[in-house]
Amino acid sequence: MAGYNNNLTKTTPPRWLLAELTYACPLQCPYCSNPLDYASYKAELSTDDWKRVLEQARKLGAVQLGFSGGEPLTRSDLPQLVKHARDLGYYSNLITSGYGMTEEKIVQLKEAGLDHIQVSIQASSQELNDHIAGTASFAHKKEVARLVKKHGYPMVLCVVIHRENIHQMPEILAMAQELGADYLELANTQYYGWAHVNRDLLLPTKEQFEQAEAIAQAFKETVAGKMKIYYVVPDFYEDRPKACMNGWGTTFLTIAPDGVALPCHSARELPGLDCPNVNDYSIADIWYESKAFNFFRGFEWMKEPCRSCDEKAKDFGGCRCQAYLLTGDMYNADPVCSKSDRHGVVQEAIESAKQAALAVEEKPLVFRNSKNSKLFG
Amino acid sequence: MTLNPQLPLSISRTHRLQWEEAQQKFVILYPEGMVELNQSSAEILKCCDGVHTLTDIVGDLEQKFATSGLHNDISAFLEVALNNGWIQQ
Repeated sequence: MAGYNNNLTKTTPPRWLLAELTYACPLQCPYCSNPLDYASYKAELSTDDWKRVLEQARKLGAVQLGFSGGEPLTRSDLPQLVKHARDLGYYSNLITSGYGMTEEKIVQLKEAGLDHIQVSIQASSQELNDHIAGTASFAHKKEVARLVKKHGYPMVLCVVIHRENIHQMPEILAMAQELGADYLELANTQYYGWAHVNRDLLLPTKEQFEQAEAIAQAFKETVAGKMKIYYVVPDFYEDRPKACMNGWGTTFLTIAPDGVALPCHSARELPGLDCPNVNDYSIADIWYESKAFNFFRGFEWMKEPCRSCDEKAKDFGGCRCQAYLLTGDMYNADPVCSKSDRHGVVQEAIESAKQAALAVEEKPLVFRNSKNSKLFG
Repeated sequence: MTLNPQLPLSISRTHRLQWEEAQQKFVILYPEGMVELNQSSAEILKCCDGVHTLTDIVGDLEQKFATSGLHNDISAFLEVALNNGWIQQ
């Protein structure tokens, strides 16, 4: 697969590998990062395929590894894959809803060499957690968090923030402290896929964002040295776009359940990339030579105002998926940027969400499940 | 947090120090992050084995590199490492 790497920009090796083992998940979070039509991708890589992928990516330089999904615990070969990853020298992370986790499995995964576990909790109260997750899961999630801690893993708690739970920020922080989280990821919803569909119902107002952020910042100082807080910014209220994926094809490699290699986990939404499959090509071929991974490398692809922008090496023009979803053209500047002539679409989205919040009858959330997914297939 | 020169130093429970062949450098790995180390930082962190103290480490490295006067540099770096949570006492 030669021909797509023009070598104008030196290609750095991958350092982070996200292994999406499956799209199967017992939860139904309405902001899920899986593709809307996930139900149409039925094939899953075999254990041997995953082992080969791990070996090849490690050889290139990947070292941070996330086992994700869907719910990765639904794969019965997870301990085998964790062990293989440890033998290869990965630093591995299990990104889980906690559903299906038992103390026995926590011990088994520790013995296999898993480095840490990230447990997601949807809210600080049972009622809201179970509503957002679409599953009665709150009590079990808290129990899993305690067991993770008990067995000596660094405990990473992840809470996705949106309009339905942003008012719970003080309680969320108190819950993280009570559970003894070593790391707390406060991830403001990024509006792709399912979250894009549900945006009017999930996007908080600027005032809500600012209030929640101030509370989180103040808390951060009181737990310095004990708990590390990762705050994923809500880019709709920023002036400049995020440096998405640290630059396209520079750092991150995602492998979807069916073996499709993606420069970011949303890249399946973009047209014409011809994302390669690990069943057909080696990871080295995919990373260095494929059309998809070279598509937005460097600066040659850029249009104005990015092309001549003195900040282009800082944010790489922002997110390609966001440019595509909001402007219809993936080559445009990320409209979050105030220099973009399409910046107005972000303001419109904010206004639309504000109106929806004031509406007498809110339309219902579209939950992430196979039935709804088939509507997008 | 201040470094206690009398107490042994070790890599944090939640972190791992390892050599990366592809990058030809040592890195520190931790949840959601990675720091690529230059040679002198790596030499110092390799000494944080749960046994050696700051004083030991200065002595060992001065001997290894046949030099003296490393105390302030090593102490300043370890202070940063402690505050970043890379090492613990």
